[in-house]
Amino acid sequence: MTDKKTDFKNGFKNGVPIMLGYLAVSFAFGMRVCALGVPWWLAGLISFTNLTSAGQFAGTNLMIAGAAFIEIAVATLIINSRYFLMSLSLSQKLDSRCGLFKRLSISYGVTDEIFAVAIGKGGSLSSSYMFGLILGPCIGWTSGALLGGLFSSLLPQIVVGAMGIALYAMFIAIIIPPAKDDRAVLFAVAAAAAISFCFAFIPVFKIFDGGWGIIIITVIVAAAAAFLFPAEEAENE
Amino acid sequence: MSNAGYVAGAVIVMAGVTYLIRAVPLVFFRKKITNRWFRSFLHYVPYAVLSAMTFPSIFTAAGHLASGIVAAVCAIVLAYFKKSLLVVAAGAAGAALVCELIIGAF
Repeated sequence: MTDKKTDFKNGFKNGVPIMLGYLAVSFAFGMRVCALGVPWWLAGLISFTNLTSAGQFAGTNLMIAGAAFIEIAVATLIINSRYFLMSLSLSQKLDSRCGLFKRLSISYGVTDEIFAVAIGKGGSLSSSYMFGLILGPCIGWTSGALLGGLFSSLLPQIVVGAMGIALYAMFIAIIIPPAKDDRAVLFAVAAAAAISFCFAFIPVFKIFDGGWGIIIITVIVAAAAAFLFPAEEAENE
Repeated sequence: MSNAGYVAGAVIVMAGVTYLIRAVPLVFFRKKITNRWFRSFLHYVPYAVLSAMTFPSIFTAAGHLASGIVAAVCAIVLAYFKKSLLVVAAGAAGAALVCELIIGAF
């Protein structure tokens, strides 16, 4: 019993830095989608049920645009496909006592950051550790969106608009540093931006505006990058 | 976002698809994917998605195009020098706000 408690505590401790980071990004998410007309509680609900950044932001944008469910489903599937690989390697690190129900519960919390910490830990992972690790980031991600939404409902419109930029700036902060060091990433970032511009401004491509556009860009660019720059034996995945 | 039923459906679709992607391999699969191309593909997906969602949307997000451009340049420069997430976000949002206030004053 104490063993489980210690594992849970250790997991929670390791999750605190992720929780704080998530709080900030999710706050920006809340402000942005509320600026687009989503109520604060819905921003929180979306964050709580999805626990993703890019995926839920794309999905929320599509929902705001009134896209078909199939469009939302396919976009979500493609954007979040990388979790498949993470869950796959996590699956092999969970200790043997981890039964079906626990596996179903842990599945909720597989994100890039949680995966990185769990894989970096070394040794097999107990379910108590995983639950502890997931709890903090889940609280941070959900409350961040709620607070961001509430906060922006109190501010004048001009400030809300400017604050909405924060989420995009965070995306830039995520993609630019690795693009600087790795030409494969630079290729992916530049190509995706270029095609995205075309889809937005060239009339012929207007049919790709919205959900199918993001799907097409992702598949084409990631496929081309994988073909041109096959990754060196991927770290720990 | 016309009605509650549509919104509920959209949230369920997003959450359900995301959950399945995570749960299926954790519950059913115990083997690794060794295909190098496929692993690389998944590795590059986030960069492509984040870039496509940011550009050109960031330019129009603040209200006026000028504010969006200033904010984007600000964010790219700060990120290029590897400033932290919060510094990049605050810098860009602050720049956008200043621009909006200046434009609003005229």
